[in-house]
Amino acid sequence: MEMPERADIGEAPVRIHVLGRAVEVPFGLTIMKAMEYAGFRLVRGVGCRGGFCGACSTLYRRAGDYKLRPALACQATVEDGMFLAGLPFVPANRGAYDLESIEWDGVPDGRKTLLPAHYPELARCVACNTCTKACPQELAVMDYIQLALRDDLEGVARESFDCLQCGLCAVRCPADIPHYHVAQLARRVHGRYAVAPSPQLSARVAEIEAGEHHGEMDRLIGLGVPELTALYAQREIEEVAA
Amino acid sequence: MSGYPDSMLASIAEVERSRATRLGETFPKLPQADADALLQRHHPDYRPEGKRPISIGPNRDDRAPVELVDLLEARPRIAAGDVDLTVVDRDVGVLILGGGGAATVAALWAVEEGLAPEELLIATKLRHGDSNSMMAQGGIQAAVSPTDSPSQHFLDAFGGGHFTNKPELVRALVEDAPGILRWHESLGVLYDRDASGEMLRKHGGGTSRMRMHSAKDYTGMELMRVLRDEARNIGIPVLEFVSAVELLIDADGRVAGAVLVDVETERYTVVRARATVLATGGFGRLHIQGFATTNHYGATADGLVIAYRAGARLRDMDSVQYHPTGAAYPEQLVGQLITEKVRAMGAQPLNRHGEQFVYPLEPRDVEAAAFIRECYEREKHIETLTGFRGVWLDTPMIETIHGKGAIEQNLAAMYRMFTRFGIDMTTQPILVFPTLHYQNGGVEIDPHGRTSVPGLYAAGEVSGGIHGKNRLMGNSLLDYNVFGRRAGRAAAREVLDGACPRGDLSLDHAYRFAAELQRAGIDGNGVSPMLLPDYRGKEALSRRLDIF
Ligand SMILES: Cc1cc2nc3c(=O)[nH]c(=O)nc-3n(C[C@H](O)[C@H](O)[C@H](O)COP(=O)(O)OP(=O)(O)OC[C@H]3O[C@@H](n4cnc5c(N)ncnc54)[C@H](O)[C@@H]3O)c2cc1C
Ligand code: SF4
Ligand code: SF4
Ligand code: FES
Repeated sequence: MEMPERADIGEAPVRIHVLGRAVEVPFGLTIMKAMEYAGFRLVRGVGCRGGFCGACSTLYRRAGDYKLRPALACQATVEDGMFLAGLPFVPANRGAYDLESIEWDGVPDGRKTLLPAHYPELARCVACNTCTKACPQELAVMDYIQLALRDDLEGVARESFDCLQCGLCAVRCPADIPHYHVAQLARRVHGRYAVAPSPQLSARVAEIEAGEHHGEMDRLIGLGVPELTALYAQREIEEVAA
Repeated sequence: MSGYPDSMLASIAEVERSRATRLGETFPKLPQADADALLQRHHPDYRPEGKRPISIGPNRDDRAPVELVDLLEARPRIAAGDVDLTVVDRDVGVLILGGGGAATVAALWAVEEGLAPEELLIATKLRHGDSNSMMAQGGIQAAVSPTDSPSQHFLDAFGGGHFTNKPELVRALVEDAPGILRWHESLGVLYDRDASGEMLRKHGGGTSRMRMHSAKDYTGMELMRVLRDEARNIGIPVLEFVSAVELLIDADGRVAGAVLVDVETERYTVVRARATVLATGGFGRLHIQGFATTNHYGATADGLVIAYRAGARLRDMDSVQYHPTGAAYPEQLVGQLITEKVRAMGAQPLNRHGEQFVYPLEPRDVEAAAFIRECYEREKHIETLTGFRGVWLDTPMIETIHGKGAIEQNLAAMYRMFTRFGIDMTTQPILVFPTLHYQNGGVEIDPHGRTSVPGLYAAGEVSGGIHGKNRLMGNSLLDYNVFGRRAGRAAAREVLDGACPRGDLSLDHAYRFAAELQRAGIDGNGVSPMLLPDYRGKEALSRRLDIF
């Protein structure tokens, strides 16, 4: 189907520099769409296009401003006078680990045996807060690094939960800390060892393994579509608990 | 640009006026007959001009969206002689095409089955994890609570799919579900829990029990990043920025690997494999019928195209899932998903006058059709400055029902997305319109993930049969886990049992397919698979719908 052309972009065109090249784009596009409008067919620096994958980390500068600012290209709108660049990827250090052989009882013991042992560079944090300012998710990144230093896994898990692993914090950190890898380790160890498995879930898994649900399922599978349609129509909808 | 223009604020005032009364009343669910009539009249899938029959191949005469048929009926990208198939660049046990959830789960379980990680290869188009899987917000279904059962889940999924699903696949889906969540717990996935430590559960469209389990509104991201982390820990080899362009066939007619192309350098790589798992996801980026999409950049139906040429049967390709609630404002967000959880938590869909017009949690197709009717037949829509039509979701109700802060706590991604563009969804409603969301059908599989072609497995959104003609929310995160696991294990088992390519690798099947196209007089569709969409120039502007 032929796409209708946009009748009206709203306002005057925006002048930007894409990888050093001056271009004009319509008002109101994201950085990603502006680069495409300018003729770039993206291969790197694009993934979900919806603010979930962290593939589109980018740095830009505004005209007349000395500051380099971080953004997600799919989530930030272009402004007049922007200088745009994309970051191909962040080659941050990540250590492999075996979740099953880690011991963790959920209590930070002051000996800093877990996160600081896996990532000794945590100790190099100078508390400059650059990482927090860089984070497009507006997470308290420096705070979770401080929590990581104390092996407060629950705190790290809570504060880092919305992390897209975009790497913008790590790119800007003077101590070369791979924040998002530290946070991933913390969340998994916390989830594996400090969160009790759901009792209902364990019970249901055991029931299924014992074959308790097979009979009912066999019966359903054996029914024809008319009977199933009737059953479907008669379903009672579970009330949402207040 | 921030907030709403005056023209939209006037309607918001009407929404606010009716809110107190609406809190106590929900628009009733439609009787089945009315729902069917609504679908017939207003669902895009029922527009005859949107589809055409496939001319050749295993699904000859089956109808599918024209955008897909164009790709199925295009020439192979690799011309005879372009690639020297006698030079095998990589020789692996199981080749996994795709790098989302299904691919990663298949890899992890192939190792669990006994294959060494070095014998695997994940080959994916973007980075490992850049996928639809990363984007899922709402949750994953599993019948866990005592009020629920696998058979209840079966009934919901089968009825939701209009009884067109393959029953044995639905059975596998619902019976494996609790075990999958248990596995996730052991990997350290952080599901939302209540104060007692029990997993939180919610309704989703079409569910009769509350069985949606979530991790805030980053459920897909939480799952994907944990699975990827585990794949990295155990050292599963991954090739990024390579696309599968064609499957390879051996002397016995078995699939024996694939030709990959580097999306940057355009160099080809020949991978020979003893078993191949197709996990390339869906087709949202085909922008079927001009709809905007929620899907990631790489969702271009490549897997369907190459499997079809290799002789794999597709099914249910005539039905496409439009998610009722794509963002319709602001411009930068058009098409992006507003998770169903927003409605599950109490936000009602409303027209321009602040009136309800549909039960908030009808199955997706019915809900979407009702929105389209409200916008294009009854014309009680809200119009944006650029002429996009939509209806409201009354998000402030969520805070009234669940308490202040409920949105930031449970819908962090959504809240952040709108705040970035100056809209506070805790105090103002958000504008929505249906968006192209999910490929219901796909390559037909059996309960072990086997396709109709020997040596080829499929799992995840690329596969067909599990959801029939309509998938329920929360069943596809589940599906990529259940069938990723089943396909990964079965593929590994086949390799461990000694499966091996015989004789020369060939692309003859693709050339035979091309010759057949020519004989049928079909020409001019260019080449496929698409690999990546092209949004240069004016294509960068949001796709607008030009319907009815
Ligand atoms: C915004 C959004 C929200 C969603 N919310 C939910 C939800 O709440 N609950 C739910 O259950 N489901 C949800 N879904 C659906 C669900 O996320 C997907 O159906 C599921 O994750 C698909 O997994 P997959 O591994 O099959 O495909 P994907 O995760 O898309 O992975 C496919 C991978 O293959 C790669 N690829 C594509 N072509 C090629 C090629 N030629 N060669 C190599 N690699 C290739 C892709 O780049 C990608 O990495 C949502 C989907 C979207 C888009
Ligand atoms: S914490 Fe770092 S990696 Fe995570 S979202 Fe923020 S900047 Fe990106
Ligand atoms: S940027 Fe690095 S050094 Fe500065 S606060 Fe963050 S972690 Fe510490
Ligand atoms: S492309 Fe995924 S966050 Fe921007």
